[in-house]
Amino acid sequence: MSTPSILNIQDLHVWFRVYGGVMKVLDGVDFEVNHGEKVGLVGESGCGKTTTMKSILRILPRQAIIPKGKIIFQGHEVLTMKWRELQELRGQKISMIFQDPTAALNPVFTIGEQIKDTIKYSGIAEKDTETIKNIAIKALRDCAMPDPERIMKNYPFQLSGGMRQRVCIAMALATASNLLIADEPTTNLDVTIQDQVLNLIRTLVQEKGTSLILITHSLGVAREMTDRIYVMYAGRIVEMASTQEIFEKPYHPYTRGLLNSIPKLTGEGMMVGIPGHLPNYLNPPSGCRFHPRCDDAMPECRIKKPPFIEVNNGHKVACFLYKG
Amino acid sequence: MKSRHFIIHRLAWSVFVLVGLSILIFFIARVIPGDPARMALGPRAPQWAVDNLVKELHLNEPIYVQYWLWLKGVLHGDFGTSLVTRRPVSADIKEFFPATLELIVVAAIIETVGGILLGALSARYSGSWFDSLVRLIAYLGVVTPAFVWAIIFMLIFGYVWPILPILGRIDSNLTVPPTVTGLMTIDSLLAGDFEAFKSAFLHLLLPALALAMGGMSQAARITRASMSENLSRDYVGSEMAAGIPMKLIILKYVLRPSLIPTVTIIALDIAAMLGNAFLVELVFNYPGISRYGINAMLTKDLNAIVAVIMVIGLAFVVMNFIVDLIVAYLDPRIRLQGGK
Repeated sequence: MSTPSILNIQDLHVWFRVYGGVMKVLDGVDFEVNHGEKVGLVGESGCGKTTTMKSILRILPRQAIIPKGKIIFQGHEVLTMKWRELQELRGQKISMIFQDPTAALNPVFTIGEQIKDTIKYSGIAEKDTETIKNIAIKALRDCAMPDPERIMKNYPFQLSGGMRQRVCIAMALATASNLLIADEPTTNLDVTIQDQVLNLIRTLVQEKGTSLILITHSLGVAREMTDRIYVMYAGRIVEMASTQEIFEKPYHPYTRGLLNSIPKLTGEGMMVGIPGHLPNYLNPPSGCRFHPRCDDAMPECRIKKPPFIEVNNGHKVACFLYKG
Repeated sequence: MKSRHFIIHRLAWSVFVLVGLSILIFFIARVIPGDPARMALGPRAPQWAVDNLVKELHLNEPIYVQYWLWLKGVLHGDFGTSLVTRRPVSADIKEFFPATLELIVVAAIIETVGGILLGALSARYSGSWFDSLVRLIAYLGVVTPAFVWAIIFMLIFGYVWPILPILGRIDSNLTVPPTVTGLMTIDSLLAGDFEAFKSAFLHLLLPALALAMGGMSQAARITRASMSENLSRDYVGSEMAAGIPMKLIILKYVLRPSLIPTVTIIALDIAAMLGNAFLVELVFNYPGISRYGINAMLTKDLNAIVAVIMVIGLAFVVMNFIVDLIVAYLDPRIRLQGGK
């Protein structure tokens, strides 16, 4: 590929038609992933992280519309792709781990049936049943699943939440090749298994040179796993920097708020949350969407959208406090 | 082990239901006003003849004795004599039931295939003109009684554009094949008479379609709703993300869970057809059990009423049993957790 980045999202807008109007969820998202890079996407639930990821695979619900924006994957525009090209993208080039494993698995088919179909259409193996079965068993074993052969015959409701999550991860890891999107992969897991799974993802990404997008609430996980972090608030990227910089020198008031919400091990001082809540997308605040919750809000924050600009080497932020 | 237990349990339950039904209908048939013996013999029959018939039918005995005598007969395959046709009721049933059965089998096929197909396509292309058309037809289908469809079809295909036969079971110019199963189509095939088979089959189409319209519409609506719901589930997204082709997702992963409510509706509707076929059979002059049953009720033909109701009850029990088996097959949560 001549382009340096594997994925490049520019000014992506996603709206949802609902009763009572249009929810303007994504409001100009800029996002880039380089080859072999591990990128984190953090922000509170409902800020549009999953919506951004679903747009990459074009699996948004039917009521979603994309009025504006570009998604370039390996030099090709995803939003105008034909069905056949999309089919090549899904499963073969990009795999995704969904955040709710209970909902992501079909309740009336066995794990084996689902994992085998996933492998079959990922283009990673010859399509003979025996090979596919072996890949599936290996994938499950890799995710620390005891007795994979029995698990294959089980239905999702017969497994615990953590096991279901590992099944989903196994499916994605078995088929990932160019880009792995992990949407809160460890939220439902015990701390011990959480570590195993993260190690597994890290190993795989390193071995295959797969790029990774890790969506997470947990700043700790993001710090451990990623090279670079995007911070998202209410449908916009508000800050982007290398993982180290985000933790050492956060610029955006929202990022600072997020970091202050982490309880400190030393016990010094109280942890501070961010007062208020995410805006209503039917009628979002004008200007910077964070201004109603921002301690440093200025008059212009109410009127204009702050541009997403580079303020330091490789450190971008969308806030009027910082000018170029 | 588990499935055998399930089947035995259901069979025991079915027997219980049928006995209960027989008691209920036996009493109701006798409690409603009207003297069956007088009605059978006519207003001008002499009183002694009526008295004789009352004695013959044990109508002067207490009702529990009557039930006991009736039950003893039934266990020997004897449902008593019809007061109207003057033949054993079992012989009447044997003649009329296969005719309706044949009709219902064809109607059931139309209903199942048509309902699921229309519903699934409608859900897949929801919002399109096709979806709107299906929803309109399904709406009309649900609110229009079967006999109205019968008359409409008769007008269209028998009068305006006469391509299908509209009366009876077989063309009157053809020889009726010897009765083996009582199903005209099967009997004609057994006799090797393909022309009779074709005629018998064509005679079934319009009444079966009229009979199926309501249930088919209902099935299409339920399938559409259930599929739309399942299509918006997260697993569809994850299956799409895994690169599984949309066709496979719809036909395999979405259709199967969506069929669970549809199967229940369709099966109960098919069982109900036995009783509901009356007006359709009347319009198409089709000699079926539904017509026989209604006539029995109008003339207070006690033994025939009870026998027909028992046949319909048995049909419901059998259909319920089949539904349970199909649903258990479709939904592992029911199969493996014992129906909770």
